[in-house]
Amino acid sequence: MEPINIVNSVITPLDRKNVDTDQIISKEFLKRIERTGFGRFLFYHWRFDEQGNENPDFVLNKPEYKGSQILVAQDNFGCGSSREHAPWAILDYGFRVVIAPSFADIFHNNCFKNGILPIKLTEAECDEILAKGLQGPYDVEVNLEAQTVTGTDGKVYSFNIDPYYKQMLLNGWDEISLTFQYEDQINAFEEKRIVFK
Amino acid sequence: MAKNIIEKIWDSHVVYEETGKPDLLYIDLHLIHEVTSPQAFEGLRLAGRKVRRPDLCFATMDHNVPTKNLPTINDPIAKKQIMTLAENAKEFGIQLADIGHPDQGIVHVIGPELGLTQPGKTIVCGDSHTSTHGAFGALAFGIGTSEVEHVLSTQTLWQTKPPTMEIRVNGKLGVGVSAKDIILAIIAKWGIGIGTGHIVEYTGEAIRNLSMEERMTICNMSIEAGAKAGLISPDQTTVEFLRGRRFAPSEGNFEQAAQYWLSLASDADCSYDVVLEIDADEIEPIVTWGTNPSMGTGVSKTVPTSNDYESESDKAALQKALAYMGLEEGQPISSIDIQHVFIGSCTNSRLSDLRTAASIVKGKTIAPGVKGIVVPGSWSTKKAAEEEGLDQIFLDAGFEWRESGCSACLGMNEDIIPSGERCASTSNRNFEGRQGAGARTHLVSPAMAAAAAIEGHFVDVRKYVTQEV
Repeated sequence: MEPINIVNSVITPLDRKNVDTDQIISKEFLKRIERTGFGRFLFYHWRFDEQGNENPDFVLNKPEYKGSQILVAQDNFGCGSSREHAPWAILDYGFRVVIAPSFADIFHNNCFKNGILPIKLTEAECDEILAKGLQGPYDVEVNLEAQTVTGTDGKVYSFNIDPYYKQMLLNGWDEISLTFQYEDQINAFEEKRIVFK
Repeated sequence: MAKNIIEKIWDSHVVYEETGKPDLLYIDLHLIHEVTSPQAFEGLRLAGRKVRRPDLCFATMDHNVPTKNLPTINDPIAKKQIMTLAENAKEFGIQLADIGHPDQGIVHVIGPELGLTQPGKTIVCGDSHTSTHGAFGALAFGIGTSEVEHVLSTQTLWQTKPPTMEIRVNGKLGVGVSAKDIILAIIAKWGIGIGTGHIVEYTGEAIRNLSMEERMTICNMSIEAGAKAGLISPDQTTVEFLRGRRFAPSEGNFEQAAQYWLSLASDADCSYDVVLEIDADEIEPIVTWGTNPSMGTGVSKTVPTSNDYESESDKAALQKALAYMGLEEGQPISSIDIQHVFIGSCTNSRLSDLRTAASIVKGKTIAPGVKGIVVPGSWSTKKAAEEEGLDQIFLDAGFEWRESGCSACLGMNEDIIPSGERCASTSNRNFEGRQGAGARTHLVSPAMAAAAAIEGHFVDVRKYVTQEV
C-alpha cells in the first residue's frame, strides 16, 4: 500500500454523526470482485438523485471541496458492516485522511490496511474544524510523523495513534509479509493448540 | 487470578506478544462468503501465497443468492461473484456449501447448525454479524477483506486487546417479549456507540434463561451497539445444543470437550472494565422508528419529539431520521402502517423464530396491501420447518415461502423494498437505503413482525400471546 506522511488539502466537512458503511458504499456496488473503481459510488445516494444527477447541496458536490484529500465528520464514523469496500471507495475517490471524534472498530482497522489515516480529535476540535470548513474552504496540513493537523490559520491540533499502525502507514508495509516472520511461532502454537476431534 | 471468558479465550490464543505491538492471535475458524472474499483470494494469487489451513475454513454463498427460481441467477454481476467463490474454494481446497447444497445458508446460521461454532474458539468472517457465534462462548468478530486475506495466509490476526464490558440483564422477561427486544432495548437505552472498542459479555438471569437461538439473536446485534464482539459464557444449554452435530467433537471426546467448554465460563469474582445493567421486566416489545438501531422505543410509546433531546445535533438527527422515515414527532408507534414484512436474516431466521411467527399467523391472513416474505436462514432450517408444516401456515396466511439467504436484510439480491414503502423487518439494520433506496425499515422481533403483518400496522404482540397460548 501507498505510504502516507504529509497531506496538504482543503478539508471536506461532512457534518454528520454515525455515518454508516451503507451510506459510504451502498450494497448494490458490493457485487464487484475488484478492489478498485469504487470511488464513483462513494456516498452514492447522498451524492446523486434518483435520476443520477448530482445533488448540489451535498458537500462532495460543492466546487470548493473538489480535489480534497481530507474528510472530516462527527462521531462514530464508519459504523455498520465490515465491508472494506467503504475504505476502498474513500481512497479511490481521493481521500487519504478521515478525521472524526470516533470511528467504528472494523472500519478503523480497515483504514490502516489501505493506507488511509484515521485521525481521532476531540468532539470540540472536530466541531471547530467542521465550522471553519463550512464557512469557506479550510486548508490544513496533516503530518503523521509529528501527529499534528495544522490549519492555514496557524491552529495546531495534535492526535494520538497506535505506534504499530503509525509505522505501518508511514512505511506502507504489507502486513502479511511481516507476519510471515513469525512462522516459527505460528507452527509452535499449532503444535499445542487445544483441538477436540 | 479470576478471569472473565473474554480474557480466557484471548490469553489462550496469543501466538506472539511484544510491548508496543498488538498481539498475534490464532484463528480457529474462518467462515467465508462471496461478497468480502474475492479480492482476498485475488491477493493470494497475485502474491503467490497459499491458504495456510484450508481445513479451518468453511465457505458458503448467502448475501447475493436469489431466494426464488433457483438455480437461476438473473443478475450477471452477482452470478459472477457467486461463481468466483466456487472457483476460489475449489482452487484453494476449502469446503463449500454451494447453492443447492443441503448445508447452504446464511453463514451465521449454518456455523452453529453444523457444530462448527464451539465455545472457546476464535472465529472470524468478513461480515460484521460474526458476533452471532459469541452466543456459544466463542470470541467471534467481523473483519475486512485485507484481514480475510491475512487469515487465509497465516491463520492469525494482529489484534489489540480491547477493554471488556459486562451487560447484565437481570430478572425475567415478560411473556411475548423476546431476545430481539432485549438487544434492541439495550441499544435504545445506551446508543449505537456504547460498545465501540469493547468486547461485551452478556450475563444475568434473563440471558441464562434464553435458548441458544435466542442467545444468537442477542450476540448478533452486538455490532449494532458498536462492540467488536459479544459473547455469553457456555453452560449446559450450550453443551446440549452442540451434542451430536456434524462438526462437534465426536461422541468419545464430547464429554471432555464439554468439560473444557464449561471451564471457560467467566469466574464468579472476575471483573470487567465497564458494567451496565438493565432489568428484563422493564423491557417491552420494541419497534425502531428511525435510521439507526438505537432509534427504537416500546410499541406502546410514541415517536420522540425534539423536546426529548438536549443537543442541537441530536435534534437535527431526529429531524433527518423522521424526514427519511416519513413519520411525525409524537406519532403513536401503533399508528404506523406497513406495506411489507420480512421474516429472515442472520438475526431472526432460525427454526424457533419461524415457529414463533407461525404461531401468531396461524389461521389468520395478512392484511390487505401487505406483502410478506419468510426466508429461512438455511436449507436445513427450511427443511425442518417444512417437516413441521410451518411453510403451509405461512402460505395459508398469504406469505411467500422462500429459499435461504440474506435476502431483504440488505437487498443485494432481488428482494428489495420499494422507495417510500415501509417494512416490519426481523433483520438488524435500519440505515437509510438498507433494504432498498428510499425504503423505510422498522426493526422488530419475529412475533411483532407477524402481528404487524396480520393487522397492517404495529401492534403489541402480547395481546396475541396472552389470548392464545
